Amino acid sequence: MAGFGRRRFWGRVGSHLLLVPFLIFALFPFYHMALTSLKTDRELYDRQAVPLLIRQGPTLEHYSKLLWDTAFLTWTKNSLLVTLLATGVSVVIGTIAAYALARLRFFGVASFGTGIFVTYLVPTSLLFLPLAQVVNWLGLADSKWSLVVTYPTFLVPFCTWLLMGYFRTVPKEIEESAMVDGATRVQALMRIILPIAIPGLVCAVLFAFTLSWNEFIYALTFTSSSDEITASVGITSELIRGDIYFWGSLMAGAVLGSVPIVILYVFFLDYYVSGLTAGAVK
Amino acid sequence: MAVGGVRVATASPRAGFGGRVRELFDRESVLGPLFVTPALIILVLLVAYPFAMALYFSLSNAFIGRPSHLVGLRNFINLWDSDAFRQTFQNAFVFTGIAVAFKVVLGISLALLLNQQLWFKRMIRGAVLLPWVIPTALSTLGWWWMFNSLYSVVNWTGLALGIMDPPGPNWLGQKYYAMAAVVTVNVWRGLPFFAITILAGLVAIPKELYEAAEADGAGPVSRFFYVTLPLLKGVLAIVVLFSTIFTFSDFNIVYVLTHGGPINSTHLFATLARQIGLETGRIGEGAAISLYLFPVLVIVVWAQLRFVRRQAY
Repeated sequence: MAGFGRRRFWGRVGSHLLLVPFLIFALFPFYHMALTSLKTDRELYDRQAVPLLIRQGPTLEHYSKLLWDTAFLTWTKNSLLVTLLATGVSVVIGTIAAYALARLRFFGVASFGTGIFVTYLVPTSLLFLPLAQVVNWLGLADSKWSLVVTYPTFLVPFCTWLLMGYFRTVPKEIEESAMVDGATRVQALMRIILPIAIPGLVCAVLFAFTLSWNEFIYALTFTSSSDEITASVGITSELIRGDIYFWGSLMAGAVLGSVPIVILYVFFLDYYVSGLTAGAVK
Repeated sequence: MAVGGVRVATASPRAGFGGRVRELFDRESVLGPLFVTPALIILVLLVAYPFAMALYFSLSNAFIGRPSHLVGLRNFINLWDSDAFRQTFQNAFVFTGIAVAFKVVLGISLALLLNQQLWFKRMIRGAVLLPWVIPTALSTLGWWWMFNSLYSVVNWTGLALGIMDPPGPNWLGQKYYAMAAVVTVNVWRGLPFFAITILAGLVAIPKELYEAAEADGAGPVSRFFYVTLPLLKGVLAIVVLFSTIFTFSDFNIVYVLTHGGPINSTHLFATLARQIGLETGRIGEGAAISLYLFPVLVIVVWAQLRFVRRQAY
């Protein structure tokens, strides 16, 4: 018995050891990013220094430069506005569409379901050129509102597909018994189904938020002036002037631009894992 | 009786106009279309219509700010005269093939490890998934710095370990190294999706199958090839199909890391389409380049609908 337990113990240690290279691969870029953002320029550009550590003391100068000498706060505000609006709109539209697909029979429901699934697979990089034209016609060129309008194109199919799966797991009988008791279909949806599907809704909100916060190609294409761009675009384009890179501030921007997602991630890790396996793929 | 009584009782306040509206909304043939209309409007106006525009652009000599007329398939054909396009076409397949292959092999390995008894299961999963949730454009900036020609930490480590000769490769300045760099970042960012999804597939395999195989004298290796792999086929098919389309159409990593360079050696369809369509203004040609993504999309959608989601619709 003791020998068996010991073998299991060392087996476990072995699994952890084999995981170490994977963990280093996954985490090192973040470590290095954070480290670089905290180094003084003198150490950063010293080719004799060890790049894996901070030897000459950490500094916040790159962060203060980013916050006060660039429009970083405006970009972040834009990102938040676009993300919150696009997420809100898309989750509502996705919820009712998913309910219709999961529960109701009506003309064209099957083709609509296929349409949603196909759109779900369309990469954003396929349609950004003509969409830029549509954005122009709508009078939204170089405006953050163009992103509020276009982000639902990938968020709605995503939310619909995700929530349809959740709604299907709610037993039909619960809803039917509520309707026998005099509730209308809409009331049954609001008071019975949505409360049961709250984990699914949380998942949809989290993923929609993450997808729009992380979106890059539309933001890069549809907006360009410093007042309208999002955090990702601002950090990747405005902090690089010609051939001079401010590596410290650049890394500080990459760190701060990821903070909202990291906060959500830490609190809702299990939802991210379950949503990913439920078919969240983009 | 009681149910019938309640129904009669609620019938009278329903009788008016409001009641009729309520009853109308209870009909599936009314509520259904009503509920899908907002989504449908978005799909038609902002997906189907732009797609039709892309088709039109690709068949025309459209140029930013100039009227255009149709030129037939000329854009699609003329592209083959361009070195940049031929190079991009080749890159797309090399990039997708290598990256997806790595993600499959590493993804299965990582999933098998995550499926073992672990002490810090939740924390380890959280760490493994992190590259997938952080904004790709920003994390790629971190990689850009790691591959910097003067201060590369990758080269510093390689030299310190004695596996590189000084000064080490100029990652983003030499063509094969640049391709290796974009593939690495793509694998880094896509691996969590593979690992976590395959892990879900592994957990779903009944334990009895392993016990039966073990009783028949199967070792760990043959258990993997005769039990695990065949039962993972479905999950693997979904993951590979999804990943193929999103790797093939990748934009962020290449745009931030190399801008398609050096000399187009890492351009993908999306980055070349942007350069031609927006930076030089030849929208028609740019749209045609984007549409070369379409056949791959069609194959993946067809395969998904045919094999994977057969039961859904």
